Amino acid sequence: MIISVAGLDKMKFVPKIETSGLNLYYGDFPALKNINIRIQERNITSIIGPSGCGKSTLLRCFNRMNDLIEHIKVEGKIVVEGQNILNPDTDLVLLRRKVGMVFQRPNVFDLSIYNNLRFGLRIHHMLNKKEEIMAAIQDSLESVGLWQGLKDKLRKNARMLSLEQQQRLCIARVLVLKPVIILLDEPCSALDPISTLRIEELLRVLRQEYTLVIVTHNMQQAARVSDYTGFMYLGELVEFGDTTKVFTNPKEKLTENYISGHFG
Amino acid sequence: MVRERFAGHIKKIENEVMDMGEMVIAAINRSVQALKAGDIPEAKRIIEEDNLINKKRLEIEEECINLIALQQPVAVDLREIVAILYVITDLERIGDYAEGIGKIVIMLGNEPPIKPLVDIPLMAEIAINMLKRSLGAFVSRDVKTAEAICNKDDEVDKLYDQVYHELLTCMIENPQTISRATPLIWASHNLERMADRVTNICERTVYLATGSMREINVSRY
Repeated sequence: MIISVAGLDKMKFVPKIETSGLNLYYGDFPALKNINIRIQERNITSIIGPSGCGKSTLLRCFNRMNDLIEHIKVEGKIVVEGQNILNPDTDLVLLRRKVGMVFQRPNVFDLSIYNNLRFGLRIHHMLNKKEEIMAAIQDSLESVGLWQGLKDKLRKNARMLSLEQQQRLCIARVLVLKPVIILLDEPCSALDPISTLRIEELLRVLRQEYTLVIVTHNMQQAARVSDYTGFMYLGELVEFGDTTKVFTNPKEKLTENYISGHFG
Repeated sequence: MVRERFAGHIKKIENEVMDMGEMVIAAINRSVQALKAGDIPEAKRIIEEDNLINKKRLEIEEECINLIALQQPVAVDLREIVAILYVITDLERIGDYAEGIGKIVIMLGNEPPIKPLVDIPLMAEIAINMLKRSLGAFVSRDVKTAEAICNKDDEVDKLYDQVYHELLTCMIENPQTISRATPLIWASHNLERMADRVTNICERTVYLATGSMREINVSRY
């Protein structure tokens, strides 16, 4: 299997995340095998592959969310903005602020919209003045297209929102902390098709300021939304490249068979 | 609109088709002018520049393929992309006919014309007008105009008949003219084919707007 390193042939490729020789074991089970990937700054990168291929595991490596799982062993390097985050002295709280995450089901807190956004600021001891907090909240809600509709309802419970709005709020909750990278794990799988398309449009806007990595079962979504696509199979990164290339003329037969539905 | 970026992609491709149309129209115009004037250097340029039209077609084709692969167009969006794939094929072919006239200019060389050309430039004028209007109708999904343009094809066919018989008579009366008259028949045939190709574009407009595929005007040739 050929492991290609993304974008080496491209000019101006600025990796925001770069892994080398990344292996991850759950006990004895190798979940990631020698992953070498470079995530381009201010672009959207999709990771696709069948269930259990390791795509979510890889995503969770980027902000060390896997640390929460027992009997895990990680080898290799994961460089985020020049720092190897596998170093034991990595400040995990800071890392997870810089590398935010959005999950499959919108996981809003049972709090007001305002407090959902305030929560992270408080934990990270960011901003004290009321006006600054309000400005940050407004800013994040504007970025996800919720401000106009919700500016007079900030004290309402976030659970009253539609699923799409809740997912937007979850993205805003990441944005309010001024992250650099946003990881999204199946962010639209709980949403209807039109909400999905609207979230995808939002991701394209966010791409101008942030580096996004999205894991998705939905290959069409990867095709629609991302600039780069990686295809994983049995813990290996089989192919990585320009999304257009991967979906029109992939290098690897395995990728072709998977995306065209001939297996998987 | 939910998918603004996608709509922007389609609009961009549509604009490129219009640009390609302009290139083809210029090629027809120039080829007939070169034929009238016996302008061999210009004919050579037209032949060379046909590559630009072919290149444009491949670029648009690639963009359409990418859009199908990446954006999964359906309904009117799918029809538009499929229609565009056919329209650019027709445009490219019309460009080839103009290039063909360029080759005829070179073939005729510096021999004096049999007579001043009247009907051939007229055929070109009608064909260009049909082409311009067909592209406008395509963009605005104007079925009525598309159908009306197809009727114009009969005028071009009639002129072709006229030119053909006139040149035949000429050749019968004076076999010395055969080598100069035959290429002119080919040139007028190319113009007749161009107009036919325009009717294909009109049929694609009807398909785009209504989803039904039908022949609007069956050419006599």
